[in-house]
Amino acid sequence: MPDLYHFLQQLVNGLTVGSTYALIAIGYTMVYGIIGMINFAHGEVYMIGSYAAFIAITGLTMLGIDSLPLLMTAAFLGSIIVTSAYGYSIERIAYRPLRGSNRLIPLISAIGMSIFLQNTVLLAQDSKDKAIPNLMPGNFVFGESAANEVVVSYMQILVFIVTLVSMLALTWFITRSRLGRACRACAEDLKMANLLGINTNNIIALTFVIGAALAAIAAVLLSMQYGVINPNSGFLVGIKAFTAAVLGGIGSIPGAMLGGLVLGVAEAFGADLFGDQYKDVVAFGLLVLVLLFRPTGILGRPEVEKV
Amino acid sequence: MSRSLKTAFFSALLVLAVAYPVLGLKLTTVGIKLEVHNASPTLLWTIAGCALLMFVWQLLRQRIGAAWDAAPKLPRVPSQASDFLTLPSTQRWIVLGLVMVALAWPFFGSRGAVDIATLILIYIMLGLGLNIVVGLAGLLDLGYVGFYAVGAYTYALLSHYYGLGFWVCLPLAGLMAAFFGFILGFPVLRLRGDYLAIVTLGFGEIIRLLLRNMTWLTGGPNGISSIDKPTLFGLSFERKAAEGMQTFHEYFGMAYNSVNKVVFLYLVALLLVLLTLFVINRLLRMPIGRAWEALREDEIACRALGMNPTIIKLSAFTLGATFAGFAGSFFAARQGLVTPESFTFIESAIILAIVVLGGMGSQLGIMLAAIVMILLPELMREFSEYRMLMFGALMVLMMIWRPQGLLPMQRPHLELKP
Repeated sequence: MPDLYHFLQQLVNGLTVGSTYALIAIGYTMVYGIIGMINFAHGEVYMIGSYAAFIAITGLTMLGIDSLPLLMTAAFLGSIIVTSAYGYSIERIAYRPLRGSNRLIPLISAIGMSIFLQNTVLLAQDSKDKAIPNLMPGNFVFGESAANEVVVSYMQILVFIVTLVSMLALTWFITRSRLGRACRACAEDLKMANLLGINTNNIIALTFVIGAALAAIAAVLLSMQYGVINPNSGFLVGIKAFTAAVLGGIGSIPGAMLGGLVLGVAEAFGADLFGDQYKDVVAFGLLVLVLLFRPTGILGRPEVEKV
Repeated sequence: MSRSLKTAFFSALLVLAVAYPVLGLKLTTVGIKLEVHNASPTLLWTIAGCALLMFVWQLLRQRIGAAWDAAPKLPRVPSQASDFLTLPSTQRWIVLGLVMVALAWPFFGSRGAVDIATLILIYIMLGLGLNIVVGLAGLLDLGYVGFYAVGAYTYALLSHYYGLGFWVCLPLAGLMAAFFGFILGFPVLRLRGDYLAIVTLGFGEIIRLLLRNMTWLTGGPNGISSIDKPTLFGLSFERKAAEGMQTFHEYFGMAYNSVNKVVFLYLVALLLVLLTLFVINRLLRMPIGRAWEALREDEIACRALGMNPTIIKLSAFTLGATFAGFAGSFFAARQGLVTPESFTFIESAIILAIVVLGGMGSQLGIMLAAIVMILLPELMREFSEYRMLMFGALMVLMMIWRPQGLLPMQRPHLELKP
């Protein structure tokens, strides 16, 4: 049954990409949940994370270190530290002074920030694609013959494991820890949380840092899987992750996870149906359709506009 | 002291973490391998200097702040002057003056100057069109360039496949863009502001991707080339006219001069801008124009007064798209070539930056902003690679310091005299 195998293969590919979208989408959804703005620069944070990871890996390789666990740890750590710094600074510079103003103003500022970051990296590194060889070559092959098989690469397995662990850790943090409770309180009612003695400024900064760190994890995984990065990659991935967040219901963390997976799978099958060059059209089209027919997403709560 | 020392130390570390790994280290491809090297020493010293500066600043922030307050202030712009400048009647006179200058421009400026002025006029038109949507109706449209593309491709395709001229296609391009605006706007305008921004961004990208992928119709990434230039009542401005046409210089018995073509294109652009200005200013005094601004200020109040927000938003969206269509068809005629890459998101961002910089809703502001935004990169060729960087930084800074724009228009308001 070649069709079944083909279907399974697309499903595996879709879920791999989708789980990384989900990680980035969490960043959008958490920020939106707390201060109700779209952090347009989040895609650029992802891009910067992928650069940091590549720099860490290449730097260590040049020093003669080639043990895989060490390289991976360095890539994750380096990327997380750098993007966290960016997440914090972006919030501090571009969003905090604008809190409480008209909704469009922070969004325009975010677009400006996104353009600024993209061009900073474009000038510092250059516009050429940078590639590194696959650190974990090799596949598991399931199936009886070359025509009927499902190939799962080691890299894909790593993507699944890492995203699963990060999502579980985040869920634990949000539901069980003290800071997580503060985050939820802020998402529920920012002013009230402030009155009850929660330092809301710190909590907002924390959500930006958490979002950036998750984007960094996704950046390491996705850029190692593709093997190529460039300064323009953040825009598209950012929009797709935003689509995932909207798909699942913006403001809801489980929604973002679900939305990412759904978008990844839809994209894989869409590319299969319409051809690879229409892959992005499928993602954008899905975004438009969701916003038209169910603006609250799969798990979102309807928002009531008050005077 | 220890608290501010901690903050200072943390801030300096933050600067290093932000700047050093991504900006101070450069990835280069050597052969097939990737290598990482330090960037130029100047850059590294700059980063170190910034970190140090941040440290000192955070440490002494309170003292510097106090010293700053005590220091004698520069004389500020008197409030009367800024009041006078933002009055609608003053702005109308300045606009009139600008139009006069624009009319005289081609007869004094050089060929290059006229060419740049034409480009500025295109952006003024786009800015004025987007201003209807963003500045007046308060709907953030990030896919505006999509309608620009529709206009450009409408003329390019009609001229390529059916040989239609510019003046026939101009209204068609406007209609086509309006049609797209209507079709796309109808479903999405129910959405709230920020969602709308992202959906329009998605639409803009879809239009570009479709133009790139439908190779059989649009020529794919190569686009459509050798599009006809506009004619003056059937008189062509080329050296040799096509079959059955006459050229401008033959008709008037002049020697052929390529400057004529440039000046003519400029005048066409000016005509289109004047038309845009006229239509928008008329509309602003009609109920629909008032409704746009009312809707921007308070949607719930508008609904309570019995206005239909969807129709009002849709009219703004459609009209904005129409002007983008006009600008697009002129752009196609001027370039003689359209490719999907002329219509990326960056173009939308530039137009948005013009509207935001000028002051949302202020037409004079938009004209000045368009002049500055297009002229500056032309004047500073050696800094051209920093252009987008500056745009981005400018958008953030403007939102923080002057969200109302450089030269806003005063809104009608009442003041109580003491």
